[in-house]
Order: sequence, then structure tokens, then C-alpha cells
Amino acid sequence: MSEQLGVMPAQTVGPYLHIGLRWPDGPYVVPEGTPGAFWISGRIVDGTGTPVVDAMVESWQADPDGRFDHPDDPRGARPPALVGFRGFGRSETDGQGWYRLLTVKPGALPEPDGGTEAPHLTLSVFGRGLLHRLVTRLYFPDESTANAADPVLSNVDTDRRGTLLASPAADGFRFDIHLQGDHETVFFAL
Amino acid sequence: MTTQDSQPGSGLVLPRYRRDDVDAHPPLLSPGYKSTVARAPRHPLVHLPQRLTEVTGPLLGEGRLGALDHDLTRQHDGEPQGQRIIVHGRVRDGDGRPVPHTLVEIWQANAAGRYRDARDTWPAPLDPHFEGVGRALTDDQGRYRFITVQPGAYPWRNHDNAWRPAHIHFSLFGRAFTQRLVTQMYFPGDPLFFQDPIFNSVRDPKARERMIARYDHASTAPEWALAYEFDIVLRGRESTPFEDGDDDE
Repeated sequence: MSEQLGVMPAQTVGPYLHIGLRWPDGPYVVPEGTPGAFWISGRIVDGTGTPVVDAMVESWQADPDGRFDHPDDPRGARPPALVGFRGFGRSETDGQGWYRLLTVKPGALPEPDGGTEAPHLTLSVFGRGLLHRLVTRLYFPDESTANAADPVLSNVDTDRRGTLLASPAADGFRFDIHLQGDHETVFFAL
Repeated sequence: MTTQDSQPGSGLVLPRYRRDDVDAHPPLLSPGYKSTVARAPRHPLVHLPQRLTEVTGPLLGEGRLGALDHDLTRQHDGEPQGQRIIVHGRVRDGDGRPVPHTLVEIWQANAAGRYRDARDTWPAPLDPHFEGVGRALTDDQGRYRFITVQPGAYPWRNHDNAWRPAHIHFSLFGRAFTQRLVTQMYFPGDPLFFQDPIFNSVRDPKARERMIARYDHASTAPEWALAYEFDIVLRGRESTPFEDGDDDE
């Protein structure tokens, strides 16, 4: 086996992430006007309850058929049937700590052992004061049967599982991210 | 209802990315860097098995790049102030394999140490000819190249007379969600390292060294620009794809 190289350490994006990482189309996982599209929005707050105004959320998800246009999907890379579907979203927080992403619901996913993952988005959170990204997942409140069978959710303490569940909102779903405190969001080691 | 399309007893075999050593990255709570105190989660991270969503990722780039995105000295009518530098390197995974066609995004302060951001208000001059933002795609060998100016150091109030060492922010996607990385490139011999809690948040001195670019005389452009080489290693894969059942913690 070849010698393994040491990985580059992570560092914070710092307070001026907006100049480097802002994409005008960042929040659009799907183009505006896509049938069935909805907004996911939420607030990022720190351990003192203060909104985090210098953070960024990135999302990654399967398409509505549960497929990825990626060579490492062993079922084969498949371009999404949904026109303009990017799968990826990026939103910096605004002056009140809000981020927002326009997307559609991903399909459920097969597991290597034959189980099924409930529809979910995987999220990265970057920000000043975060020396490494935080990884979390967003699940949907109207998928209770699928959520109950999801292997990742099942592995989270029941009293904290709710932090991974979005709630219904007028234009889609709301998903707040608590970096710390009584309602600290579950973050994952990948 | 979901669009249930599950494949019974799927027999899917997924690539698996090696988990990073504990000391490879900075601890989230690093009190010397004061902003971590109210922002670092207090619960231990929960183990996430790498599944389809994690071993895939956005393969973006081509359409996002303008012709001059890699050259921060030619994005305006005039040239920015400061020492011209070429910053180049290779993006590889932990097994030395090149990471081709991956988007590299950079941003930095100008030669005086000021960012073009409304929140940066310290009294150093802005440069009308410098945005401080660049993008490039690695080639099929994982190589990238930027032209920019040497960024200045700047004060930041974290502690008494605190100054950030000169640095360039780097953001990388790699080929999978697991490989996503944001880091900072530093310059060799910077006298400000000793007092910088962000640089020193990486505890392993060998890992810290990886964040320091190498002065690369062979890559300079004579009578025009100095050069630095900054190689970036993203996570590598397990050599054997196991079926299931990661059981570390």
C-alpha cells in the first residue's frame, strides 16, 4: 500500500467569508419557478442566543428520484430528470442570522444493508469562530414513517433527534441551527 | 408520501473515506480564539456512517469561471498595489491521487491588510484595483494556479495587540461531500505565528506546517512575480470497501 499523506488542516472561513464565497445563485438548488420547489430557511444562533451573522450553510442532496449525478453512486451517475436541479445550495446568513435555500424534496435512498434512508439534506455550516465545518442533516416533518426507519436518525438520542427535523413554514420548511445551548443541533463526525 | 424507490437488499458497495486523525484538524473549542467559546458545540459529535449523500458531492466549476477569475491582478482597469505573487500547487487525496477538475476558491486581504468587505473598517487603505477574490479549476493532474498580490497582516482585537499573520483563504470541494475543506494558506517565516490562536489551533506541529506555503524560486516569473507552492491533501479512501458497520465510537 502506498504511504498515506497527511491531510490539510481546516481553518475558519473568518468574518469576511462573504467576499470569497458569495454566489448570486447560491441559494438555488433548483431554479426559481421549478414545480414543487419550496424554501428552507432558518436562523443560526450561538450559545448566548445571538444570531450568527457571519456564517454560511451549504446543502447537498439526492434528486427527487433518489439519484445522484456522480460517478461514485454505485447505481450509476444519472443526470436529474428535473431540469436545472443542481443538488447543491449555498447561503450566507444575513444581518439577522437567516439563511435560505430553494429546493425540492429528495427521494429516499437505499442503504448498503438493504435498509432505506429517509429523504434528507446533508448540511455543512461554516462561520467565524468555527475552526472546522459542522456537519448536520435535515429531515422532513411530513415523512414520519420513513424517518422512523432511518438508520442515522435512529442512532441519535431520542431527546435530541428533534433538532434534525425541519418544521412546516408558509413557504416551505424552517430549520434553525443552534450551535450551542439547550437546543444544540446534533452535529456529526463524518 | 415519499417517492419510495428502495432497492431491496441493495448490495450497494460504497467507497469509504478514512476518518481524519484526531489531531489533524483544530479542536472546535479553542478558547484562545475567543469566538469559538459561544460557537463550538458542547455535545460530542455523533458518528455518521458514510452513505450515498456523503460519498457523492457537487462536481461544479466549468460554468462558474470567468476568464480572469484566477488572476487577481487583472480584474480591474489598473493593477493592484503590492508584491505580485504566483500561488500554485496540486490538490491530491491522502493516497497521493490527483483530485482533477475541482473548484478552488480563494479570498484575501489586499497588500495593506484590508478586505473589500463593509465589515472590515480598520484604517488601512482599500485598493480600487483589488477585489481579493479568485476561482480556479484544477486540471487533470489536480494542479491549480493563481496570480495575486502578497496580502498584508491585519489587527483583529482577539487579544491585546492581536495581528493575523498574512494568509489566503482556500475553499475546496474535492470529489465528495466528505472531502469538503476550507483552510488558510500562510507564508513561510511569518513573525506573527507565535501569537495567532487560529494558526496555533492546529495542535500537531507537522499538521501546522502543511498550512505554510513553500517559497518556490523555480516557479517565479523573472522580473515580474515571486512564487509560492501550496499543495493540498484532502481525505483519502479506505483501500478496501467494507460492507457496513463502522464501529469507531
